[in-house]
Amino acid sequence: MTLEILFAGFGGQGILFSGKLLAYKALLEDRQVSWLPSYGPEMRGGTANCSVTISDTPIGSPIITKPDILIAMNLPSLDKYEDAVKPGGKIFIDSTLITRHVKRTDVEVYEIPATMLANEMGAPTLANMVMTGKLMSVVPEISRDFLEDALHKCVSARHQNLYDLNLKAMDIGAAYEC
Amino acid sequence: MAEKVLMKGNEAIAEAAIRSGCRHYFGYPITPQTELAAYMAKMMPKIGGTFLQAESEIAAINMVYGVAGTGKRVMTSSSSPGVSLKQEGISYIAGSDLPALIINVQRGGPGLGGIQPSQSDYFQATKGGGHGDYHLIVLAPASVQEMADLTALAFDLADKYRMPAMILADGTIGQMMEPVTLENIEYKPVEKPWAITGTEGKRKHNIINSLYLNPEMLEKKNLERFERYKTVEENEVRFESFMMDDAEIGLVAYGIAARVAKNAVTALRAEGIKAGLIRPVTLWPFPKKAVLEASDKVKAFVSVELSMGQMIEDIKLAENSKKPVVLCSRVGGMIPTPEQIIETVKNLEGGMD
Amino acid sequence: MAIVYEKPHALSDLELHYCPGCTHGIIHKLVAQAIDALDIEGITIGVAPVGCAVMAYDYFNCDMAEAAHGRAPAMATGIKRSLPDRIVFTYQGDGDLASIGMAETVHAATRGENITVIFVNNAIYGMTGGQMAPTSLPGQVTQTSPYGRDVKTAGYPVRVCEMLATLDGPEYIERVAVNSVKNINNAKRAIEKAFRNQVEGKGFSLIEVVSACPTNWGLSPQEALKWIDDKMIPYYPLGVYKDRTAAAAKEA
Repeated sequence: MTLEILFAGFGGQGILFSGKLLAYKALLEDRQVSWLPSYGPEMRGGTANCSVTISDTPIGSPIITKPDILIAMNLPSLDKYEDAVKPGGKIFIDSTLITRHVKRTDVEVYEIPATMLANEMGAPTLANMVMTGKLMSVVPEISRDFLEDALHKCVSARHQNLYDLNLKAMDIGAAYEC
Repeated sequence: MAEKVLMKGNEAIAEAAIRSGCRHYFGYPITPQTELAAYMAKMMPKIGGTFLQAESEIAAINMVYGVAGTGKRVMTSSSSPGVSLKQEGISYIAGSDLPALIINVQRGGPGLGGIQPSQSDYFQATKGGGHGDYHLIVLAPASVQEMADLTALAFDLADKYRMPAMILADGTIGQMMEPVTLENIEYKPVEKPWAITGTEGKRKHNIINSLYLNPEMLEKKNLERFERYKTVEENEVRFESFMMDDAEIGLVAYGIAARVAKNAVTALRAEGIKAGLIRPVTLWPFPKKAVLEASDKVKAFVSVELSMGQMIEDIKLAENSKKPVVLCSRVGGMIPTPEQIIETVKNLEGGMD
Repeated sequence: MAIVYEKPHALSDLELHYCPGCTHGIIHKLVAQAIDALDIEGITIGVAPVGCAVMAYDYFNCDMAEAAHGRAPAMATGIKRSLPDRIVFTYQGDGDLASIGMAETVHAATRGENITVIFVNNAIYGMTGGQMAPTSLPGQVTQTSPYGRDVKTAGYPVRVCEMLATLDGPEYIERVAVNSVKNINNAKRAIEKAFRNQVEGKGFSLIEVVSACPTNWGLSPQEALKWIDDKMIPYYPLGVYKDRTAAAAKEA
C-alpha cells in the first residue's frame, strides 16, 4: 500500500499540521512515511501545501505529482491540483470557501463546509481538523488507530488545552454527511 | 529497536551534530536552513554549548576556524549564497588542516537566485570552492535519516583526516520530515595534539596557520595534503547501487534527485526496461570505480541533477567516455518528475535500437 | 651582577622582520611584557592579522593562530567561546581592523567579547607597499592617493576609538602612541590593563597604538616619530575613550 496525500490551502489554515498528524500516526503504525511542506517567504495568508506519503514499503521520492487524495482548503488550491489527482482518487474540498464544484467525474468528491462547521463549534481555526476527520472516516487506509497518541505529539505542550477541541472538530467532520 | 521520531532534515542534522559532540555553532539566517540554527539556538544553552548568530557568514566561518583551531567539534550551516561568502574561511580551514563541518542546504542560483531546492553548488562543493588546491569531504544525504547519519560520519571523517567536511543537502531534504533514529550516534573523541589550547608552559607553542612564504615549503604542504586526499579516495567512497546488476541504462543521481530517480527506475522496470541507479553518497570522493565498472555493462548513463550539468563531468571522467552520458535536469528550484526521467531513458533506448 | 633589562619571556628569539624604524617591534615587546607581568603565557592564545604583523605567530611563545584578512576578532571569538578560561588577543593593523574587518571589529566589540584587541594604526598599508588606509590622513600621499587623500572622493579617516566608544558593549577603549619614552610607558600601562581586564572577565578591551611607518611615509625614523606628534596625534587624540569600570565607580 502506498498512499499519496496532498493538503493545500492558505498559510495559517493548519495545512502543515494536518499533514503532520497523519505522518505521526503512520510512524506510530510502524509504516514508512514522508512529510514535505511547501516553503516560501510568506508565513500567513500565502499558499501552503504539504505532501504526505504513507507506505508499507520504502518511499522513493517524497514529491507528489499525482496524489491519490487531495484536500483543498481554498479555490486556488483546487484550481491548481484538481487535474493532478489520480483517476479513481478522492478530492475533499472546504465548500464554505470553495464556491464551485469539482469538475472531474473520475474521482470521488467530498464537499464539506469545514470552515462553517468549525465556526459553529466556536473554533474557526480548526476547519483543517474537520476536513481531517472526514478524511479518516472515508479512507480505509487511514484509520483512527493511534490517532490520540499522534495528536499528543503534534499539539505543542502549551496548546494541550486545544487537544479535546481538535478531537471534537474531527468528530464533527466525520459525522458530516456529504 | 531504537525509537523513531519524526524530524525535519534540518533538525536531524542539528540533533545529530549535538550527539556527535559538537558544542559550538555559528551561523547567519538564511532560507531554507533556518530550522537548523533555531534548533541550535534552543539546545546549545541547555547543554553548555555555544550558539552565536554572527554578523555575517564571513564572521561565522571564521569563528568556526577559531574553534576548529582549539580542537573542538564545530559547525556552521547556510544555504547557497551564504556558502559562497564562507568560501574564504573554508579555504583557510583546509589550508590549516583543520576539521570542521559546513552544511549547505542548497537553493537555486546564481546570485540571490531563489529559495527552492537546487543542486547547483556541486562544482563549488566538490572542486574546492575557495582559492587554492584543496578538497572537502562532501556527503550527500537523500533522506532525513541520512541527514543525521552523515552528519555524524562527517565529524568523524573530518577529525580522522584533519580536513573540513560538507553536507551538501538541498531545500527538500532540509524541509521534509521522515522518521529518524538517532540513538546509534556516538561521540568518539580524537586526540588533537596540534590544537591551540595554551602551552601551559609544557610544550613549544602550536600555530594554526596556512601561510608559507617559502614556495618549497608551501609545495611540500600541498603535496602532503594531497597524499592524505589519496587515502580518503581509497578508503572513504560511499555509494548506493540500486538494480544495477543487469542494468542497461545507468542513472546517476544524489540527494533528492536520487529519490525521484529511484521512482523512475521502479516504473521503468515495471515496463521491462532495465534501468538502474548509482547514488553517490560521497560526492568527493566521487564513486569513480563504481561508475567505471558499470560502464562495461550499461549502454548509457543518465545524470539526473538539479543543475545544468555539473556532476555529469565527474561521471564522464569516471567512465572515461566509454559510453554516452546524457543529462536530465531541472534547475532554478524545479525538480524533475519521474516521468521526465522515464522519457529521457526511453528516448535513449529508442536512439540506440 | 644585577639584571636591569631582559627580553620578555613571551617574545620568541626570532629576529623580527620589520623595517628599520618601524614601531611594531616596540608594540610586540609591550604585549609580551603584559603577558609576562600577568604570568599568562601558558594560557594565552594570540591571533595574528594579515598585514605587516602577519608573522607575529612566530614572534610570540604562546599558542598562535593566523586569521584571514580582517577576521581576527571573529576567529578570536571562536577561540574564546571554545576556551573561556584562556586569554585571547588579536594584533591587527588599520587596514585589517578598520577596513576589511570593520564588521568583525564592531560586532566583537558590541557583543562585549572578553578578548583583547591591539590595534596598530600607522595610517597606511605597509605590507603591500604603502597604499591608502582607512586611517590615512586628509591630504596624505600614498601609492593609491598620489595627489594626497582627497576627502571629496576618498572620504575621511575612520576614528576607531571614538566610534567604538559609542557602543555599550566594550569595557575599555584607549588610544596611545609609541613615539616617545613617555608615550611608550603609557602604552605599556594601557596594554597591560587591556589584558588584565580580560583576566578579570571584564570584557572587550581595545588599545589603539598610533605607530610609525617610516618606509612608506617616506621619512627617516626620527622624522616619522615627529610626524606622529605633528600630524597623527592632532587627528587621533590620545586618551581613554571608554572605561566602563571607572565610569561605574565614578557613578557610585
